[in-house]
Amino acid sequence: MLHLSETEKRVLVDESQPALAMAMRILVATAEILGASRLIAVASAHIDGCLYLGDSGVFFAEKLVQLGGRVAIPATLNVGALDLIHPHLVQAGTHHRSMAKRQMQAYLDLGCQASWTCAPYQTGHRPGLGENVAWGESNAVVFANSVLGARTNRYGDLLDICLALSGRAPYTGLHRPENRHANLVIDLSGLPGALKSSESFFPVLGSWLGRHAGASVPALTGFEAPVAEDHLKALGAGAASTGAVGMFHIVGQTPEAATLADALGGNPCAETLKPTLQDFRRERDRLSQQTGSQLDCVALGSPHFSYAETRALLTTLAGRSSRVPFYVCTNRFVLHKLEQEGLLEALARAGIELVIDTCVAVAPILRGKGGVMMTNSAKFAHYGPGNTGYQSVFGSLADCVDSAVSGKITRNPGLWQDQ
Amino acid sequence: MAGSVKARVLVAGRAQGVVLRLDAAVSFWGGVSPQTAEIIQHDHPNRGICISQRILLLPAMIGSSSSSAVLLELLYKKIGPKAILMTEIDAILVLGDLVAGEMGYPTIPILQVAADALQNGQAVTIEENGTIGF
Repeated sequence: MLHLSETEKRVLVDESQPALAMAMRILVATAEILGASRLIAVASAHIDGCLYLGDSGVFFAEKLVQLGGRVAIPATLNVGALDLIHPHLVQAGTHHRSMAKRQMQAYLDLGCQASWTCAPYQTGHRPGLGENVAWGESNAVVFANSVLGARTNRYGDLLDICLALSGRAPYTGLHRPENRHANLVIDLSGLPGALKSSESFFPVLGSWLGRHAGASVPALTGFEAPVAEDHLKALGAGAASTGAVGMFHIVGQTPEAATLADALGGNPCAETLKPTLQDFRRERDRLSQQTGSQLDCVALGSPHFSYAETRALLTTLAGRSSRVPFYVCTNRFVLHKLEQEGLLEALARAGIELVIDTCVAVAPILRGKGGVMMTNSAKFAHYGPGNTGYQSVFGSLADCVDSAVSGKITRNPGLWQDQ
Repeated sequence: MAGSVKARVLVAGRAQGVVLRLDAAVSFWGGVSPQTAEIIQHDHPNRGICISQRILLLPAMIGSSSSSAVLLELLYKKIGPKAILMTEIDAILVLGDLVAGEMGYPTIPILQVAADALQNGQAVTIEENGTIGF
């Protein structure tokens, strides 16, 4: 039974604030269905609903604008369906283009920030430990819960903006401390240390984790060294694309897992899985639909590439250039930094096309009617075939670069071999 | 009527039609075309079937958080199912229906039923109070 405060009840029928009342009605009805006992205040929002999927989504956001809606808390925006900086990149008809733009504009009119990124946590939006927030976009949700220790469920289209307008969320799921404890242990101690600190391991680990953890909260043990932030990002994104993982712990590193006992929170009967190198090789191979050498494009940056990842790309390129279209999806924050550091020219010379505000998996950017796309992202590899018509091939950053330079797929088994 | 079952009402409404019981869970986002209401998930056992105008019985839940927007789009285009019967509560789909109501689009009844309550192809009548007659 849902109990509302007097203020919340007043908002529901407040005719002087019709957008807020509408948001509250939708929120309260959802909270009742979820079985929440009350609503809680949330400190910030990350809104996924700004991506154009159909005209009704535009009309919904515009209705909130017409009714005078304004976000009550800081709210960043996930990707839209257009690159507003490089409008020529998205190949869509006039209707699609104009509706996608209207949808993005409506969310700005509601007071959201023009962040247009699926990695808001790398552009300054970093809620603190124990802070309740209302975030959408599965990878961002996992990162906020796991790495920052903020508390959010996965809030999707239509609901996310209602939470931002009201500053409230149903008190359920991962907002509740008892649901944040691990109920599954993943022991990685049997794997080679070099693999466990390599960039291409984490998307694969994430992909495997999503498939095996489902909606549980897994605690990972057996890392010898701290996992880098971009690797945590890749792990969460992989897990959220193959499963419903909303949070993980890395024992000894993430904020709610100083020890395994802390992560488990006294949970006595968590199952332990001990995957092998062979399991991960198999998972890595699931991320590719092709074994040939044909290569039509390379796409990196799902989640959006960070400044550090872009620097690593330039280092790996070492002055060479790509023979195939090579897309790097990132955000305005990183673009600005690259500009400041004078690196845009080097990227352009290498044939790298920066995609800003959106990404190749959600907007028609890849040219032609299909082919083979190589990526170091589990999320691109997973959604690529359905959303772009391109077959995916997964490889490390170095594999992607070497293949782009030669124009043919080459993959170095390197760290994945038995030691 | 040969019989009836009582279901939990998530969104109230009346409907009459034939049950389409899916053989596997489907994510509306990526799994159902918002243009044609057809099941488009490449490896779904009911791929190619149109859910429009049917009493859609979902055997399990699978949650993309954009599924709400796809249901809203189907209801806006008046090509949605006549009702949704879910065995597990999927708040994301319910949300699409609730927002349709706020937008002034026709809404559909959504009810929670037991997994074995109804069969594919059965003609049923859904009442406001959650009674499903067959």
